[in-house]
Amino acid sequence: MGILVNKSTRLMVQGITGKEGSFHTSACLEYGTNIVAGVTPGKGGMDFEGVPVFNTVSEAVAATKPNVSMIFVPPGFAGDAIMESADAGIPLIVCITEGIPVNDMVQVKRFMEGKNSRLIGPNCPGIITPEECKIGIMPGFIHKKGRVGVISRSGTLTYEAVWQITKVGLGQSTCIGIGGDPVNGTNFIDLLEMFEKDKETDAIVMIGEIGGDAEERAAEFIKSNVTKPVIGFIAGITAPPGRRMGHAGAIISGGKGTASEKMAAMDKAGIKVVRNPALIGQTVAESL
Amino acid sequence: MNIHEFQAKSLFAQYGIPVPFGKAVYSVDEAGQVASEIKTDVVVVKAQIHAGGRGKAGGVKLAKDKKDVGKIAGEILGKVLVTHQTGTEGRCVRKLLVEEGVNIAKELYLSLLVDRTYSRPVFITSLEGGMEIEEVAARTPEKVIKEYIDPSVGFQQFNGRNMAFKLGLEPDVIKQFVSMAGKLYRLFVEKGASLIEINPLVITKDNRLIALDAKVSFDDNSLFRHEDIKAFRDLDEEEELEIEASKHGLNYVKLDGSIGCMVNGAGLAMATMDVIKLAGSEPANFLDVGGGASKETVKHAFQILLADNNVKGVFVNIFGGIVRCERIAGGILDAAKEVKLTVPLVVRLDGTNAKEGLEMLRSSGLNLEVASDIWEGAQKIVKLVGSK
Repeated sequence: MGILVNKSTRLMVQGITGKEGSFHTSACLEYGTNIVAGVTPGKGGMDFEGVPVFNTVSEAVAATKPNVSMIFVPPGFAGDAIMESADAGIPLIVCITEGIPVNDMVQVKRFMEGKNSRLIGPNCPGIITPEECKIGIMPGFIHKKGRVGVISRSGTLTYEAVWQITKVGLGQSTCIGIGGDPVNGTNFIDLLEMFEKDKETDAIVMIGEIGGDAEERAAEFIKSNVTKPVIGFIAGITAPPGRRMGHAGAIISGGKGTASEKMAAMDKAGIKVVRNPALIGQTVAESL
Repeated sequence: MNIHEFQAKSLFAQYGIPVPFGKAVYSVDEAGQVASEIKTDVVVVKAQIHAGGRGKAGGVKLAKDKKDVGKIAGEILGKVLVTHQTGTEGRCVRKLLVEEGVNIAKELYLSLLVDRTYSRPVFITSLEGGMEIEEVAARTPEKVIKEYIDPSVGFQQFNGRNMAFKLGLEPDVIKQFVSMAGKLYRLFVEKGASLIEINPLVITKDNRLIALDAKVSFDDNSLFRHEDIKAFRDLDEEEELEIEASKHGLNYVKLDGSIGCMVNGAGLAMATMDVIKLAGSEPANFLDVGGGASKETVKHAFQILLADNNVKGVFVNIFGGIVRCERIAGGILDAAKEVKLTVPLVVRLDGTNAKEGLEMLRSSGLNLEVASDIWEGAQKIVKLVGSK
């Protein structure tokens, strides 16, 4: 089962006919994800590998009743695409797009207040419940159905962790990339709460990085709300202050957001903090 | 993207935000000429570099007599300033801002940025002008005033009054403060800024509110909408190798260590740097070649890594997801033929078709070592470089 997405998920893809959108739609279809609609303004009436394409989200919703949207729209228009899905009442919106202006995301978050949609991302690999539903750009084959939940701000580093978990003979309930941007949708805390309640999850891996204080707030939450073992890793102990490390949100500013601060907060909350990223899988196995 | 103080002040002037009269100059002669256009007795000469802490480093000087401006300009131009933000190598001063002196009665602090936790723009202000706001917040958090703005309607007059009355400003300064905050908000949104900081914001002896300093940074992701802001980019303030990397779409940050690393993905790139340190050395750089590392990107990445004289060894760490490892191995082999590899190379490939990729590298006859995981790779390269 896992959290948020599963076999009964009905996926819609915004930007389905674009280069990235079409490539990854094919990969998701191949994995077995149930894709019911695509949206590209001006291409309504077409079909993409058997998936009907609509001009607007509201048309797609009326005709196919999707409950999750995956967005591959270019950065200048992605904010608009997220709001279009939120306006149509799509419960879960997964935005893969990297490079959305921060001020656009500020508007999007304000727009979504009080609406019943949850956003994952942007600038993220997506979400997968292994052997049931893959929504995003992650390679499917590294995942295996199992009982470890994974939440991460990164892409390839998540694959690294997932692959290690698979190689030690365990598997994942659901893996979620929450994205590397400073203003994003769902953060660690909501997902930790879902994994804590999920009967199919026995342990949680949390992968953070420098910048902001999402990990510190998550650690605070874990202290009093999470009983399952949590294994944590923070990337960027060697990152210099004031320099952006690839992700828009990965920057130590005003002496805040350092890896050692985050590790200390996680240690204090009883999280098993892994210093060596090669040992994530092994540490998970030991805590079960 | 960061810009210079004089550029930030020109933007302020565009938006009707009061700044001292002044001009940017590049030579002693120009400095003297601008000084003669200035009406005040006291003239200020300020080094223009992309780093804070200029004053303490000797980059900001007062000329009580205008005749001294040329001499002072000569002292600062060409000087290498070392501040807490430049690193030990410092930054060479190529431009100056020469501006009028201001009679200061009071110094305030005012900034505007996006609060990551609340996803909203927030003004931060304080009566402790001239001090680092982080210090004020750490020592006396009650002196830091925050005002969140609702992005759906933007800045409202009451937002300005909330701050001004908490600061305890006098009535005619309150009006100026509210007006200035509104203009700053408009600039922030219209130009895609990520930070505006005025420290100090001064009240003059004749009760005028003036932005004595100006620091503005922009969100790189919004630059595609702002050609005017892009034109402010100053290549003199950037690392040569970083400029070169950005031309090829590579995300590269130069560091001080001796192990060059080439990785796909930002998070894994940081983790690779960390693991090099764990293995007993220091990373020479952050380098993310992106999701679809082709032969060309791998080649450019090698060229950039090897152009750094501190690099004594290279660690390539790729987790093949959508990209297959044998294609990356092919890219490495092709690139290694064109770029002369003079230092040890360790390659770790994992993920999609890793076995095939590693086999290609092993049988190529190229002088490199392969590793099957990130820790093994880091240990190998540190050992190779250390034993040299």
